[in-house]
Amino acid sequence: MFEETIPGGWNWSHRLKAGTALRLTDLEGGACAAVLLYNPLDYAERYNMPDTLKAQFISGVGLGTALYSDMGRILATVIEDSVGGHDTIAGLMNREGLAKRFGYKDYQAHRNAYDRSGADALLTELGKYGLGFRDLAVPINFFCRLVIDAEGRTSFGPTAPVGATVTIQAEMDCLVVVAATQHPLDPRTSWQPRPARAEVFASQIAPEKNPAWQASEQNKRGFENTRRYQI
Amino acid sequence: MKVRNETILKTVVPAGEPWMHEIKRGQGLRIVDLEGNQAVDTLFFAAADPSERYSASDTIVGQGNIYLGLGSKLLSNHGRPMLTITADTCGRHDTLGGACSAESNSVRYPLERRFMHNCRDSFLRALRESGDPRLVKRDLPANINFFMNVPFNPEGGSAFADGLSAPGKYVELLAEMDVICLISNCPQLNNPCNAYNPTPIEVTVFTA
Repeated sequence: MFEETIPGGWNWSHRLKAGTALRLTDLEGGACAAVLLYNPLDYAERYNMPDTLKAQFISGVGLGTALYSDMGRILATVIEDSVGGHDTIAGLMNREGLAKRFGYKDYQAHRNAYDRSGADALLTELGKYGLGFRDLAVPINFFCRLVIDAEGRTSFGPTAPVGATVTIQAEMDCLVVVAATQHPLDPRTSWQPRPARAEVFASQIAPEKNPAWQASEQNKRGFENTRRYQI
Repeated sequence: MKVRNETILKTVVPAGEPWMHEIKRGQGLRIVDLEGNQAVDTLFFAAADPSERYSASDTIVGQGNIYLGLGSKLLSNHGRPMLTITADTCGRHDTLGGACSAESNSVRYPLERRFMHNCRDSFLRALRESGDPRLVKRDLPANINFFMNVPFNPEGGSAFADGLSAPGKYVELLAEMDVICLISNCPQLNNPCNAYNPTPIEVTVFTA
């Protein structure tokens, strides 16, 4: 239905209607597409990382993962995924952390190549909906993997290959906010967030055919809560 | 001369109750798991501006580990140290399991279990009764679960496991800034986070 390339460092949002899908593509390899989701009828309902992890006994997001809100509803499901194990723990780099680590490139000197941290990019987009710092939850960092060892120690996983894709289908109308950013644990020595392509299209995968439905009884109940909400 | 280790307040928080109190910079907080294996859902807000609050992701990235324990610096969503864990006889605490809610209970367990007491209800009650207009539902981020064991498998996956805690185990924290501490002493009966038997905790605020 439409596609748009989000340049590295930039923010984008779309109100994804139920049954519509968003495919993200890592165009150059090494992207980090930070995604947050909100209920457009009530922004206080938003993607909730702990509820998502514990309902599905997962440590990362992948094919068949339901992205839960804090109200027991499924905002979106991962219906296609060429990578798997997307991080939803490590959060975002902010401007202070970026400046400390890499120095800061301002607009005066660098024009549209100025530095936009992941937090700044998401907050810029959230501000357009009247949302702010209090609404900045832990996002999904698509295309990035967080490795956790047996002692709980964290490290950055291998970057996704060029052309990697992940697709989410909205199970209820949801506001999707995206920043094409760089992961806080990415070991690169400069701030050079990579672009991500966003494609929005009709998908209409019925719950019973959704890999998230098949994954667990918990998700079947999540789908039921989501169905009731839309009556 | 400052008196050290002087109790400012000490109280028992029964299972299913919240507790909310200011802790000044330089003061200590001790939470005792009186009967063992009790999950204590905990949040911290900067007293000066509570839009600054405990951040699980900043804390995990800051220390390079998903588990909290002795020495852990609890960072805010501005990346600033809020408290440090200065004593810990349990060994490991969770910060990815979140707070139970009526709604998440209806997903994790049969639908009708949405009608069971839960931490999010306790958090909301505490915020409501505090009368602080700066703290409402949208201000509840991913919390700490003291004494709770949520192992993450290196191959992927996580679980809610039997606790590592025991009667009398405790954790102590030192406030690095003036904070508001919000605790829900978890009432969850559907999984082993409270060993299926929610029990009281003791909280003490003291001069450190």
